[in-house]
Amino acid sequence: MTRTRNLYLIPYAAWMLLFVATPIVLIVYNSFFDVEGHFTLGNFQKFLTPVYLRMTFNSFWYALLITAFSLLVAYPTAYWLTRTKHKQLWLLLVIVPSWINLLLKAYAFIGLFGTYGFVNSVFEMVGIGTQQILFTDFSFVFVSVYIFIPFMILPIYNAIEELNPSLVYASRDLGASPWMTFRRVVFPLTLGGVKAGCQAVFIPALSLFMITRLIAGNRVVTLGTAIEQHFLVTQDWGMGSAIAVLLIIVMAVIMLMTGNRGARNTIR
Amino acid sequence: MTEKTIIRFENVTKKYDQDTVLNKVSFEIERGKFYTLLGPSGCGKTTILRLIAGFIEPTEGNIYFNGKVINNVPADKRQVNTVFQDYALFPHLNVFENVAFGLRIKKMKKADIAEKVKEALRFVNLAGYEEREISEMSGGQRQRVAIARAIVNEPEILLLDEPLSALDLKLRTEMQYELRELQRRLGITFIFVTHDQEEALAMSDEIFVLNEGEIQQSGTPIDIYDEPINRFVADFIGESNIVPGRMIRDFLAEFAGQQFECVDRGFSPNETVEIIIRPEDLEMTEPEQGNLVIKIDSQLFRGVHYEISGYDQAGNEWLVHSTKRAAVGDSVGLRFDPEAIHVMRFGETEEEFDRRLEGYGQNGTAAAEGERQ
Repeated sequence: MTRTRNLYLIPYAAWMLLFVATPIVLIVYNSFFDVEGHFTLGNFQKFLTPVYLRMTFNSFWYALLITAFSLLVAYPTAYWLTRTKHKQLWLLLVIVPSWINLLLKAYAFIGLFGTYGFVNSVFEMVGIGTQQILFTDFSFVFVSVYIFIPFMILPIYNAIEELNPSLVYASRDLGASPWMTFRRVVFPLTLGGVKAGCQAVFIPALSLFMITRLIAGNRVVTLGTAIEQHFLVTQDWGMGSAIAVLLIIVMAVIMLMTGNRGARNTIR
Repeated sequence: MTEKTIIRFENVTKKYDQDTVLNKVSFEIERGKFYTLLGPSGCGKTTILRLIAGFIEPTEGNIYFNGKVINNVPADKRQVNTVFQDYALFPHLNVFENVAFGLRIKKMKKADIAEKVKEALRFVNLAGYEEREISEMSGGQRQRVAIARAIVNEPEILLLDEPLSALDLKLRTEMQYELRELQRRLGITFIFVTHDQEEALAMSDEIFVLNEGEIQQSGTPIDIYDEPINRFVADFIGESNIVPGRMIRDFLAEFAGQQFECVDRGFSPNETVEIIIRPEDLEMTEPEQGNLVIKIDSQLFRGVHYEISGYDQAGNEWLVHSTKRAAVGDSVGLRFDPEAIHVMRFGETEEEFDRRLEGYGQNGTAAAEGERQ
């Protein structure tokens, strides 16, 4: 029995070994060598200089902003979705954009936000005049939120769906106003979904790099951008690997902190 | 506040889209009594409860609470608490916090909350369970937590939505006693919703029997059991033999091809009626001693009694509850008293029915003068 089951595991194990474990080992290995190929701890030392610390701070700050705005939009949307008649259809409309290639979506926004784009022609019409939208912090956060929002909506939607509606009635029955009911019953019981959603948005948002270039016009330099630059432009693989290693460690820590074990218990 | 009536429904109708769930229902509920709303699923009993709790609003008509219209008062502003069918205990809070929920909302002092919660838990025999998680409690214990959580707010009315349906039979019977006892000790109004007629008969001061969004009959358990107003009530409450018949004149009914003396009157001569005799009012005897003779068709052992079914010559089926055994295929006589015969008029309203029954209590001449239709 166990032998045949192990047999089925081979493709998965091979995949994991080749494309997950090996690259991580290679990255860790690379991070200890400088451009000339000498063993060094300098890469990590360099990371502690103001330039890289600033980048780290930027990465965290933008990831936090993106997560916060996603949550702000996603929670009410998810709540509303659970109460509509054609749930499945609406849910599909939320999910469909996430099937479209990231690059296509980014280019679409360049078209929309550009100097001669749709948004600016509307501004022109109502008399506000053409504004610089592209290559701003606003457009970067906006497009990122747009891209990540399905990943925030889905876990929250599921958590709210699983919430027993009679708990809401019970809370109202015991004298709680709609707001109190939300604060003391609905939110704590859907916190698991919120955590899962934040994880699904925050961690990828930390290492965003394509959007920083296309939408933010390299005005926002995050760790993701730095890794890309080191590998493709400066060819300093060691430094790029060192940043990647640190990023992996941070992500693992975040995953442990927002761990699903506590979350599962609160969802009934 | 000394007024007896606490809740009054006045022609209350509730519709969902085009679906009428309650149709012009009017009734009064008095302070300090145990009421039961009894009916099959979909009869509107839970709708009434939700209207009183404030979870839904009536489409037409008015609901009065202590003489004031409360149609649009939200649930959190009503002096009413509910024990839900699935208990609806908050899974993220422990027993203490569940019971304390309502008091915390009211911003009561911490020491007072602790004292009141302890007292409520003692009331439902759960002292010492404060720190338990809800997931660690059994079905019966959760039930008690739900009751404690409701009564700790000192409501004027406690609404119970089929709270015993999830429990096993033994626990259910136990809880029936406890609920009745609890209502006596608290002295507040209980409105209990159930589809279980035994539960309703055992616990209530007053029962409302509902069907298809209308109140069929209201009265004490004994009234409703002994004098069901129509076929639905007779069938729903307990087991009944219902056969077509005719009132020849006062005190003389005809059914199963024979004439029998009875205690009912106030019908038109030769009016077509339905006759009800409860299975436990039928006694098996020798064929020649019985009022009716039936041929036994089947027999089931029910524990406390045998349930015997047979057919008379006219083809009516008769159900008999007897502690004596019978043999399938035998002919036996059925004996019953004139009081055991209950006559039901077709399409009689509750008012007409009550008026007719009241006539029975007075002497013969007064009843003869009574209205006849």
